[in-house]
Amino acid sequence: MGPSGTGKTTLLRLITGQLRANGGALSVAGRDMRTLKRDELYELRKRMGMLFQNGALLTDLSVFENVAFPLREHTDLPERLIRLIVLTKLQAVGLRGAAELMPSELSGGMGRRVALARAIVMDPEILIYDEPFVGLDPISLGVILRLIRHLNDTLGVTSIVVSHDVREISTVADRVFLLSGGRVAAYGTPQELDRNPSEIVKQFVGGLADGPVPFHYPAPDYFGELLERSA
Amino acid sequence: MIGELRRSLVGAIEDLGSVTLFLLRLLSNTPRALLRFELIGRQIFNSGALSLVIIMLSGLFVGMVLGLQGYQLLRNFGSEDSLGTAAAVGLLRELGPVITALLFAGRAGTALASEIGLMRATDQLSAMEMMAVDPIRYVVVPRFLGGVIAMPMLSLIFCVIGLYGAQLVGVQLMGVDSGSFWSQMQAAVVLRDINQGLVKSVSFGIACSLIAVYQGYYAAPTAEGVGLATTRTVVTSAVVVLFLDYLLTSAFL
Repeated sequence: MGPSGTGKTTLLRLITGQLRANGGALSVAGRDMRTLKRDELYELRKRMGMLFQNGALLTDLSVFENVAFPLREHTDLPERLIRLIVLTKLQAVGLRGAAELMPSELSGGMGRRVALARAIVMDPEILIYDEPFVGLDPISLGVILRLIRHLNDTLGVTSIVVSHDVREISTVADRVFLLSGGRVAAYGTPQELDRNPSEIVKQFVGGLADGPVPFHYPAPDYFGELLERSA
Repeated sequence: MIGELRRSLVGAIEDLGSVTLFLLRLLSNTPRALLRFELIGRQIFNSGALSLVIIMLSGLFVGMVLGLQGYQLLRNFGSEDSLGTAAAVGLLRELGPVITALLFAGRAGTALASEIGLMRATDQLSAMEMMAVDPIRYVVVPRFLGGVIAMPMLSLIFCVIGLYGAQLVGVQLMGVDSGSFWSQMQAAVVLRDINQGLVKSVSFGIACSLIAVYQGYYAAPTAEGVGLATTRTVVTSAVVVLFLDYLLTSAFL
């Protein structure tokens, strides 16, 4: 978690190898991300699943084909088995009945659930969620929230969720890392974070307008500028 | 002024280098992409079959204009029987490949650039990378090859329809002898003319498809970025096609 522009997405891109770090150390699943070659990175990504903020479904493929896509690209499984796996994953997100729909026919929440089914179709070890709650109505948000926790428990995967939503994260996360200004400002269980005396944590968790993260973008003196304009 | 000129020259050289590297990347992925011919087939349909109507209509009108102008000009020298030859040579060597390429850039090139650009803007390309699928191999190379294969076929269709257009005006309307029209054409058109058209259309196919997929792949992931990529595709393709046409024509002379 962390305020906007604090480096959450950048950190996520570093973890997934979409960006290369030019300093420090970064290890994912025991592999040094800074020295991985392209093929090795792709091999590692087969062990990861990622849910993008907007779902990022392939718009020219149906729901079924979207979920089947990683299986078709990386395995030689027979069609019957692919169908079985895809329907199982779609059933897990409650959208088996939407298998033949196109992405354009889905609501935002449904699209994200299909993307979640696609993210888990290869049975990954690490699941990464980039702002999974943005723009969802309360029902879809609740569904996604329960799915994240449920999939995490049943599949035994490591889940990394990037989010602004303090309340939602508190209900699913085992550990929370609060980023501010490109650094880890605080970390611990959601309860520990509640009790953290740091100003930045208080401002973020309490949703306060002003604090270490200023409400105003840096600007010249207010009255001075007003008088200058009117003069 | 001189500084600005220098900057734009350096920018142009950088762009050329970047496009060349991109082309090498496409070519290195081509052998593996060829194994998935169904992906390329779908793109030949998208770039080729869906451009057929505009190509055929344009071919017909260009052929008709060629018939009309050619007839008026040749009649001054009493050699209107050579209309078939003039139309065939003009279409096969120049008008067929060039106009097809310009139409292709406007119809299929813009579609390719905006499709790939939108895939970038909606994170579809990033999602593929996260699924360990190289978007260059899955998205870009099939579209590039589809365009390269479709262009000579479209150019050929343009020429054939154009010839019928010229015949329609020259023979049916202006009264040029049908036998002379076809036989003089048959006698004068040589394999070299067809080769010239073929080489040009393949070259234009490579250029237009490369420009379109390059602009789409590197488009800024915004509405403005995708719009800019489609505009650049048409403008750059038109200039490059006309420049290449001059180079290839002088090489064939």
